[in-house]
Amino acid sequence: MIVKMSDLKKGESAIIKSLSNSSAMRRRLIDIGFSEGALVTLLCHAPLSDPSAYSIKGSIIALRRQDALLITVEKEDR
Amino acid sequence: MGLTASSSGASSLKEIFCDNNGRRILLAGNPNVGKSTLFNSLTGLHQHTGNWTGKTVGRAYGKCKGCVGTTLIDLPGCFSLYSRSEEERVARDCLYFEKYDKAVIVCDASCLERHLYLAYQILEIFPNSIICVNLADEAKKKGVTVDISALSDFTGVPCVLTSAKKKGEEKKLISSFDKTGSYRPITYSEEIENYINDINSLLIGEGVTRTQARVMALRLLDSDGDFCRRLASELGIEESQYSEIKALSDNLIKSVYGGSVDAVSDNISSSVMSRAKSAALCCTKTEKSFFKSGMPIADRLLIGKLTAFPIMLVLLFFILWITIKGANYPSALLRDLFVKIEGLAASGLRYIGVPNVISAPICEGIIRVTGWVISVMLPPMAIFFPLFTLLEDIGYLPRIAFNLDRCFKGCNACGKQALTMCMGLGCNAAGVIGCRIIDSPRERAIAILTNSFMPCNGRFPMLIAIIGIFFANSGILSAIALASVIVLAVAVTLLISKLLSLTVLKGVPSSFTLELPSYRMPNITQVLIRSVLDRTLFVLGRAVSVAAPTGLIIWILSNTDIGNAPILSSLTSFFDPLGKFMGLDGAILLGFILGLPANEIVIPIILMCYTSGGALADHSSLSELSSILVSNGWSLITAVNFIIFTVFHWPCSTTVLTVKKETGSIKKALGSVIIPTAVGVVLCLISRAAFSLFS
Repeated sequence: MIVKMSDLKKGESAIIKSLSNSSAMRRRLIDIGFSEGALVTLLCHAPLSDPSAYSIKGSIIALRRQDALLITVEKEDR
Repeated sequence: MGLTASSSGASSLKEIFCDNNGRRILLAGNPNVGKSTLFNSLTGLHQHTGNWTGKTVGRAYGKCKGCVGTTLIDLPGCFSLYSRSEEERVARDCLYFEKYDKAVIVCDASCLERHLYLAYQILEIFPNSIICVNLADEAKKKGVTVDISALSDFTGVPCVLTSAKKKGEEKKLISSFDKTGSYRPITYSEEIENYINDINSLLIGEGVTRTQARVMALRLLDSDGDFCRRLASELGIEESQYSEIKALSDNLIKSVYGGSVDAVSDNISSSVMSRAKSAALCCTKTEKSFFKSGMPIADRLLIGKLTAFPIMLVLLFFILWITIKGANYPSALLRDLFVKIEGLAASGLRYIGVPNVISAPICEGIIRVTGWVISVMLPPMAIFFPLFTLLEDIGYLPRIAFNLDRCFKGCNACGKQALTMCMGLGCNAAGVIGCRIIDSPRERAIAILTNSFMPCNGRFPMLIAIIGIFFANSGILSAIALASVIVLAVAVTLLISKLLSLTVLKGVPSSFTLELPSYRMPNITQVLIRSVLDRTLFVLGRAVSVAAPTGLIIWILSNTDIGNAPILSSLTSFFDPLGKFMGLDGAILLGFILGLPANEIVIPIILMCYTSGGALADHSSLSELSSILVSNGWSLITAVNFIIFTVFHWPCSTTVLTVKKETGSIKKALGSVIIPTAVGVVLCLISRAAFSLFS
């Protein structure tokens, strides 16, 4: 199922399919590990619901919802 | 915070002059991989380290111990050489344009795939590098083992496996400095490789090496014009040649990538990424049963929905409580010591026949004020800082930023401001420098201008003393009161940040990425001992350089008459109307004004004004202090407003100068003075109004 990364639920994993066109943040996201084909897992949301902590390539990175919206992922079908 | 005397004093604003002869080795890598820890153990220096991203700002230089004629340069961490943020640009420019002999790329064994991405970017421009895979012990705990010789074979460069915390690991790294390898370059897509060949044939033979031509070709495709022009001039490429090769690159982008710079950048970076991935795969073994890719257990509480904020408040309370309770006894001891010293000095000088006009300023001016500063300031700071350093080393601070980001975003500011505010609790000047970790210039300006709202080093003991006299006798109540003051300061910071972002610094929230590093168990005794010693040196240094001269000057002002009264009382009366209007008085205002160089001397100045520098018994005990203040008109409202003004008034001169240096703008430096002062005045007036309403 293809969704935005911000739609993932806690504990769900997905493969990154593409990043939408927003030059500055896009490069930043790719460089920090959110590249096409990578496996990302949503670990949890912050107590005030934003940002959210994602597990990517062995690290934990926090992203705001507005930025997670830029990433399209494919959920692993159960 | 673990800010060391050298990293937060004036010397941190200068760079150590670096010997241009001998070998220069760069330490580069992702943030938070232990570069600075390695740097410290290799050079014996004490750069500020801590478990969070963005610790090192600016470069640090040091001579390598155990390796003759070698200078090490510690760069700030960066994720990638493409990044645009300020601190990463420092690293990028250094790697491209500085002269150095070798680069050591430090990686975290637990995230090799990510970190080798940067490593390969660096190897592509500087093949004479070494890869140092660090934190091997932590990786092992997660079930990850690295075969370092396999990595070496795959990449073609010397590789070393280290655990920075262990003693003696740096020897492995030092012995690798002399090794060389033969790097296997990355192969890009066919069209790009052909294009690189074309560029090569144009450039090579004009003093440009094969690697350099390759780099120039690639940067023309994926980097901005300014950078390419700078690179071209560094390589000695002439204007005419540059236009030729630029045309070739534009042609390639148009014909193969449909004019999209994004597409060609993606293509290049994905080649680097897949090579990094293969390298990581060939040398990493993960035991699935051990590998915890989920949240660390501690995070369930520390960033959990219901527990995060209560825990933050409780932690704040505890640290303050331990500080207040623990400082009592040492303060008393030091106080007695300095009373004795003053007495001895006075009788000694009298004995050898020194006239009173010289011995009085020395004893009642210099020694008394210096003694006050040391006995009141040193114990709280020597306790608070080590505790905060422990929190920092464990890795808790990014969690604070994670929890509070929503509040900052609501004020159009950046969550990383929480981190700079924590640094401000230590020293506002260092907090201002720390604002480099904020990418957006607008948000950085907001963080810089509001940093002094967090009471620093020099102001904590002032607050503790006044709270202790007027509000709370017990340690617990004092700690609660002080914690409330800090929470108030945070609230006002958010409010003013919001105001700034709606008026002078308008804009929308920018993007923000924050790495939550693994929790690390610090070497507690080592941290405590080093931090206590360091804080002691810092306070003693400040006491000597600021308090002593001030004591002398104040003594002179209070014992020299102009007209019928001492200068000091004339000044005090001059400021009295304004002071009383604010619910304070002339002496208090004068204290703050003359306390511009350092907040530590504010209370001594006020006391000198009250006692006209005259003969006093032990004036630094809380009860004595209390009686002086009360007999000079202090009431509850004075104490409240004093506390308010202590938190919200102009920053110390070091901070103002740092703001000017960091922002390059006199307007912002003035803003950093006016904004907290204005807030202080307004809050004092509000508090005074509230008091008269309710009494």
